[in-house]
Amino acid sequence: MNKMLDKQELERKIQELTFSAVELNLFLDTHPNDAQALQDYQYVINTLQQLKDLYNQNYGPLLNFGYASVNDNYWNWVSEEEKWPWENV
Amino acid sequence: MWVYDKKLEYPINISKTDPKMAQAILTQYGGPNGELAASLRYLSQRYTMPNNMGKALLTDIGTEELAHLEMVATMIYQLTQFADPEDYKEADVSGYYSIWDKGIHPDSAGGVPFTASYINTMGKDTIADLQEDLAAEAKARATYENLLDLTNEPELVGPLSFLREREIVHFQRFGELLDNLEFDKNIRKQYFIKKPRIDSLY
Repeated sequence: MNKMLDKQELERKIQELTFSAVELNLFLDTHPNDAQALQDYQYVINTLQQLKDLYNQNYGPLLNFGYASVNDNYWNWVSEEEKWPWENV
Repeated sequence: MWVYDKKLEYPINISKTDPKMAQAILTQYGGPNGELAASLRYLSQRYTMPNNMGKALLTDIGTEELAHLEMVATMIYQLTQFADPEDYKEADVSGYYSIWDKGIHPDSAGGVPFTASYINTMGKDTIADLQEDLAAEAKARATYENLLDLTNEPELVGPLSFLREREIVHFQRFGELLDNLEFDKNIRKQYFIKKPRIDSLY
């Protein structure tokens, strides 16, 4: 499945899963014993991590601090190839 | 500490130029019920929360508000990026342009610069803080509803509706925290509004 996703599709998928994680995180804050929510959260963050790794490998860093591997000859965080979130797709 | 995640919480891609709408949306950047006030309010109140549920919830919602601040700025940026001075003049927002050009400054829609007077941090009076937080979420929701009254543009309705819904979820979570704190006997003394539970009457 992963090979099929282009950059924008992968980004959207990561966005969706991140939203699920945010929502479950807040829900768990006030329902810390909810087994279903705990299980859902575990599933979401596992899948999210896989997709983030895939993104980092193929399209550059989503996080600058200690999560993405570094290119040998260039600091990709400042790459002019990449758009910042507020710029139109 | 915080780590920046290089993506929006909800996708925004606005092709229309509309400085007037940008000015209206600006109020959720630096206005009284805006996202900057929300994030600073929760992130400042969290230190004196009496339990870890409170500390966690205020940290996590305060953090999400920063993602909303970025969404609001993105809408303003995209609505004005291709505007020329003539567009600002026609839209009757040349006042903003004359000071800030296309810079995104934390003001209300009426041009009042952001002030920390919008937030309170009441220390041991957790109930006062949480009542403020519930009110803040309700007022922010109302503001997004007002903004939705001002546009039918699908590219704006999507993110504005998303932000409105998040206010509802935050309101719910703060309400649950308040219910949780009701069981703390030291906190319970600060309660005057709730009626006794039915099962305690019999």
